[in-house]
Amino acid sequence: MSTRTFEHVGTRPIRHDGVDKVTGRAAYGADVSLPGMLHGAVLRSPHAHARIVSIDTSAAARLPGVKAVITGADIPPNSAKLMLGGEAALDLHDMGDNLLAHDKALYHGHAIAAVAATSLDIAREALARIEVVYEPLPPITSVDAAMADGAALLHDKYKRNIANRMEFKRGDADKAFADADVVVDREFRTPMVHQGYIEPHACLARTGEDGRAVVWCTTQGPFVVRDASAAILGMDPAHIKVIPTEIGGGFGGKIVVYLEPLAIVLSRKTNRPVKMVMSRDEVFRATGPTSGSKVRVKLGATRDGALVAARVSLWYEAGAYKGSPAGAGAMCAIAPYKIPNFFIEAHDVVVNKPKVAAYRAPGSPIAMFATESAIDDVARQLGMDPIEIRMKNAAAEGDQASYGPKYGPIGFKQVLEAAKNSAHWKSPRQANLGRGFACGFWFNAGMSSSATVTLNPDGSAAVVTGNPDIGGTRAAQALMVAEELGIPVERVRPIVADTDSAGHSDVTGGSRVCYATGMAVIRAAEDVRDQLRARAAKIWNVDIADVGWERGKAVPLNGAAKDQQPLTVVQIAAQMPHTGGPVVGRAAVNPPMAGPGFGAHICDLEVDKETGRSTVVRYTAVQDVGKAVHPSYVEGQMQGGVAQGIGWALNEEYVFDANGVMENAGFLDYRMPVASDLPMIETVIVEVPNPLHPYGVRGVGETPIVPPLAAVANAMRDATGVRFTELPLSPPRVLRGLTAD
Amino acid sequence: MTAVAIVHLPSGWTRFTDGIDEIAIDAPRVRELFVALAERFPALGEQLDQIAVAIDGHIYHHARYEPLRSDSDVYLLPPVAGG
Repeated sequence: MSTRTFEHVGTRPIRHDGVDKVTGRAAYGADVSLPGMLHGAVLRSPHAHARIVSIDTSAAARLPGVKAVITGADIPPNSAKLMLGGEAALDLHDMGDNLLAHDKALYHGHAIAAVAATSLDIAREALARIEVVYEPLPPITSVDAAMADGAALLHDKYKRNIANRMEFKRGDADKAFADADVVVDREFRTPMVHQGYIEPHACLARTGEDGRAVVWCTTQGPFVVRDASAAILGMDPAHIKVIPTEIGGGFGGKIVVYLEPLAIVLSRKTNRPVKMVMSRDEVFRATGPTSGSKVRVKLGATRDGALVAARVSLWYEAGAYKGSPAGAGAMCAIAPYKIPNFFIEAHDVVVNKPKVAAYRAPGSPIAMFATESAIDDVARQLGMDPIEIRMKNAAAEGDQASYGPKYGPIGFKQVLEAAKNSAHWKSPRQANLGRGFACGFWFNAGMSSSATVTLNPDGSAAVVTGNPDIGGTRAAQALMVAEELGIPVERVRPIVADTDSAGHSDVTGGSRVCYATGMAVIRAAEDVRDQLRARAAKIWNVDIADVGWERGKAVPLNGAAKDQQPLTVVQIAAQMPHTGGPVVGRAAVNPPMAGPGFGAHICDLEVDKETGRSTVVRYTAVQDVGKAVHPSYVEGQMQGGVAQGIGWALNEEYVFDANGVMENAGFLDYRMPVASDLPMIETVIVEVPNPLHPYGVRGVGETPIVPPLAAVANAMRDATGVRFTELPLSPPRVLRGLTAD
Repeated sequence: MTAVAIVHLPSGWTRFTDGIDEIAIDAPRVRELFVALAERFPALGEQLDQIAVAIDGHIYHHARYEPLRSDSDVYLLPPVAGG
């Protein structure tokens, strides 16, 4: 594996889907239309917390052009039945209630009713004619308010608003703190932030007289859409076909179903196709952001810099239903370090805000913002270099992770070493800038994947999977087939197929596609290669044992085949009709998690102390990716994660009024960084091979969003002398911090 | 061959397990291990349906039929996938 010399893997060909995307030909969720199509729209709650007393849809239904109106009564009541999903068990009751509220509106923007009409204008007019009587209830909009004595309960089934709690502990933290030379104890807060994908949620559903449904949608998990829609609506999954369109960003937010079951029900009622597209306002108010949080971190160290104790308490907003990534945050908080004594607790707190969804390394950026900021303070108190203190405490192969099992081969120390040797770290810090350093951790998922590789008569190939391409995975999969078959990557056609045409694959998420689906692709290509050897044996009239394979050719081994000339893939493919017919390779895998990825980031920040505005002047991301199959897209993932993390650190936040209404549901007021806000982000790829993958792939996409929050905050501390513990570090907050007594 | 796996339970499960967070269980596969855990601690209930399993450092989301070695180190963990 680590010693293998690659011909194609590690090169940077133009992505197969690139021309369609840059010319506008690629079809995204809202681009699909059908004759006779109706337009769907959703009525949303004006209250953050209210009991629904009554809904009268009669006036809306009478409006000419309106073909159907549905409410929560049209979504079958589910018990709290769980369906195994990509991320974890999915609660069908909660998913159904989030699609259309049944008894209570649990956040501002909660879907109450939906309409299908002959035009979008008519659909919107119909929404205005639906009469809903609400009994407003006190909104709960923070973890502190949710946990306060006498707080209103969101759900009658819980005795309090803490839906779940978990712990991880080892050793005797209290005693270790007592013995420590330095103790840092701080409380951190982060706001609710959105994934911010460019493309809003969109789908088109068509049902037939036979009860079957076809759904076109933008999603990270077509099989999740199929299975969740079927389970919620009581349909046979075999009667739903999901066709994933191109996807304009997801970052975890396009795993959940919001529109698809509604479009199916509306189509079923009208016997016409129904298209539904969210506005940006709806995306912000009603689709999954990630949690706002409160995190308390206490770290203890000895004079030599050894971290000897940690106590971490996390409270994450789940939104309206249970299921925040607090548990993952707890597992990540101190994962890079070997700390002998710790106590970590995580709380999943329901609040009257949109139900959170996965967002790139869910839970880890929040937790590690706190711990990496605290480590920076420990280093400052000890007068230690920020890389040295991390190197002294870094976990390595054989060390026990804070969440339990021992690490296999991991590259954290190599990442720290690469950061230390980077041009950025070696460059002198300019006097007017602050420099921050922080690290990040993410697991990198495994789960189920399958792939098919088909050889064409001209020797070209197609590779088919069920994973929408959100990170350049088509190009990576084509490189893998090219590598195994020895054909040009341009002659491999990577295809993202629908749920009827591709074997099952779990979601495109968890940094798993290049690892797990890639593993299936490699195995399927190996299957083709073995069949080509058999075909060559048939042509040469020898046993397959006499046929080898080298650099894209069947070659004779010693024995009966020794006088034969090597046969290329093209030559063997041309003979397929005479040697047994088509050659199709297939593979399915269910590997364990890939083994974690570690990142280390360096940030140079300029702070205008008169306005509080800060500018990232230079930024470097270092990461162990195992093996970079297509380095350009690995670098792109690293840069994208950094950009999102800097946005989280500096400007992004949901701003709610006292009634729990989001006040900035648009990109003008929800300030994400754009290209002109950021410098060119430098990347350093470290490759410590993952032994579970044939090429050593680990996964890339999520780790790089973890370090920026603390890297920026640590740079701010360096620039201003002030430790900011609440994000975002927006100009007003920074100015307040700089002028506080 | 049957095996005696050392099983580390999540700290939060001690309320279901009379305070026990580590136990040796004789089981050839995860399936039999889960059966033994459910018999020993009936209060665990559906907890076992929603858990990831780390076997000798490798974390599986769906581990029911994974074999256990005579000295396997097993951790039951919250499932994590990502975004």
